[in-house]
Parts: sequence; C-alpha cells; structure tokens
Amino acid sequence: MRDLARRPAAEIRAGMLAILPAIVAMVPFGLLLGQQAAAKGLTPLEMLAMSSIVFAGSSQFLAVSLWTFPAQASALALAALLINLRHVLMGASLSAKIEHFGWLRFPAVHVMADEVWAVGERRALEGPLTVPFWFGAGLFLFLSWQCMTVLGTLLGSLIREPERFGFDFAFPAIFIALALGFWKGWRTAPVMAASALVAVAVHAAVPGAWYVVAGAGAGILAAVLAAPADAEVRP
Amino acid sequence: MTIDPHNLLAILAMGLATYATRVAGLFLAGRLPRTGRVRIALDALPPAVLTAVIAPALVEGPAEAVAGAVTALLAFRLPLIATVAIGVAVVAGLRAIGW
Repeated sequence: MRDLARRPAAEIRAGMLAILPAIVAMVPFGLLLGQQAAAKGLTPLEMLAMSSIVFAGSSQFLAVSLWTFPAQASALALAALLINLRHVLMGASLSAKIEHFGWLRFPAVHVMADEVWAVGERRALEGPLTVPFWFGAGLFLFLSWQCMTVLGTLLGSLIREPERFGFDFAFPAIFIALALGFWKGWRTAPVMAASALVAVAVHAAVPGAWYVVAGAGAGILAAVLAAPADAEVRP
Repeated sequence: MTIDPHNLLAILAMGLATYATRVAGLFLAGRLPRTGRVRIALDALPPAVLTAVIAPALVEGPAEAVAGAVTALLAFRLPLIATVAIGVAVVAGLRAIGW
C-alpha cells in the first residue's frame, strides 16, 4: 500500500477519485451559475475567465448576482475578499501539510476550493499529502468547473423569461441554504438579524453593491457584541 | 465571444482579492488567534456576508418573502439542491396565482 501510494499515477488517480463525488454534486450549480451569468449579459469567454481567474464558487455566485454594467470592480473585489476570508484559515491549516511542495505551493493554493481542501486535509490524516494527489484532485475540479459554467452560459441563453419559472429566485434560495449551513444555534441569530436589517436599509438608500459590505459589517459587530465576555479576555 | 474591458477588470480584481485570501494562510499559519474577538469575527463572516447578499431580494414582495421563509425552514432538513428546487417552485407557484 505504501509503495503504491508513492507512484505518481496512482496518486493522481486517488486524488481524482476522492474529488469525484464533489464534482458530480457541483454539476447543477455550475450550469446554474452559467445560466444566471448569461442572463446578466456575460459572455461564455467572460465566464471562462472568471471561473479560471477567480475559481471560487460562492464568490462567483455572489458576483454574478451583484453584476452591473459597467461592472463595479471595487465593490465586487471587496465582496469576493469578504466571502473568501475563510480561505485564510483553510490555507493556514493546510500550510504545514504542503510545505514540501516548494514553489508549487503557490499554484497549489489557487486550486484550493472548499472541496479540494477538505479531501486534502482528509488525505493528510492518513499519510503525507503528495503533489500528484493534490493536483489530481484540484485540477480535475478546476477543469470540470470551467466546463460546467461555460456550458451553463451556452444553454442558459436559450431560456426565455426566467422569472416565470422562478429561476431568478435560485440565487436567494442557494444563499439562504448556504448561510444556514453556518448556523451554530441561537448565537447566530443576532448576526443574521443585524446583517439583514442593515443590508435592507442600505440597499434602499445607497446605489450599487455597498449594502453587502454594510450588512456584513453589522453582522460581525453583532457577533462580537453578543459573544460572552470571557471570550474577549482569553488570549 | 468577447470580453468587455470593464468586466475583465472586475474579474481580475476579484481574482486578486481571492488569491490574496488563499496565499495569506501560508504566511499566517500559526499566527492566527484561536480565541478572542478576531476569531469570533472571522467565524461570523460567512453567514453575515451571505445574509446581507440575500436580504434585499427577500423583501421585494410577498411571494419572495414567503418562499424565503419556506426555504429557510427546509434548509435545516433537506440537502442543498432539494431545498433550492422547492424554493424556486414555491416562488413560481405564488407568482402564478398573482402574489
């Protein structure tokens, strides 16, 4: 088993097998993202550029839902930064396990989607995380994501009147489900309530995507204020 | 098959911001606080951002508000794709009856 694990081809195959269920689960979301992007007027080539340069599912959904013409680069970048801050923690946890990658660490983190990180961390529990395993999983997901999202833009432009079928509600529905995935009992309630109230108020008063930043800031403030006092004094 | 320069700029800015979060972890490993205010703020970030994104869309009308509430209840019980499918069906149904 150990000898087998050292062979690059076997490691690539193991990485691809580990990520396969995540890829299957992502097919409808990739198609949906492409369809929504096409509805906003983005071209297949722009979708391909976003899926390769950004390659972060939830921030791409967020960006497409906020997209305006001309695109607001600063607001979109700030929103992407905020929603992807969790990558800092994921990368910090992964850091020691990919130290032996050398300079390959820098391209390696670009393919660190949530799912790739998860299978990499799981692999690291059983033995050393190898370069072929990591890129086998990471590049497989990376290339599949380009295919799904671009295919979505090509198919999506065929759908007329998406509101009639409620397709425009797919985004809010996905975000509700994703947000509640972070539900940690009732202490999450003040975070979401503060965020929702401030976002609705700023959305009504200020044009552009700034309501996301304002709402998120209010939610974080609520989390810090609602936290038990002893959490602040501990190192 | 074209790329609008404004769109390309926005994509590059998003890409830079996202890569910064991915590479920062390599340099910050072991230096991030595991307790305290910073950790509480980081933990609250994803639900706070996601809630801020959707909240205005849910107060657009009664169909969106009702479908949003249904989706939230289902999200605790059902897998993501089933929750989204039912949420979309509820909003389409309510709009069809004129809500």
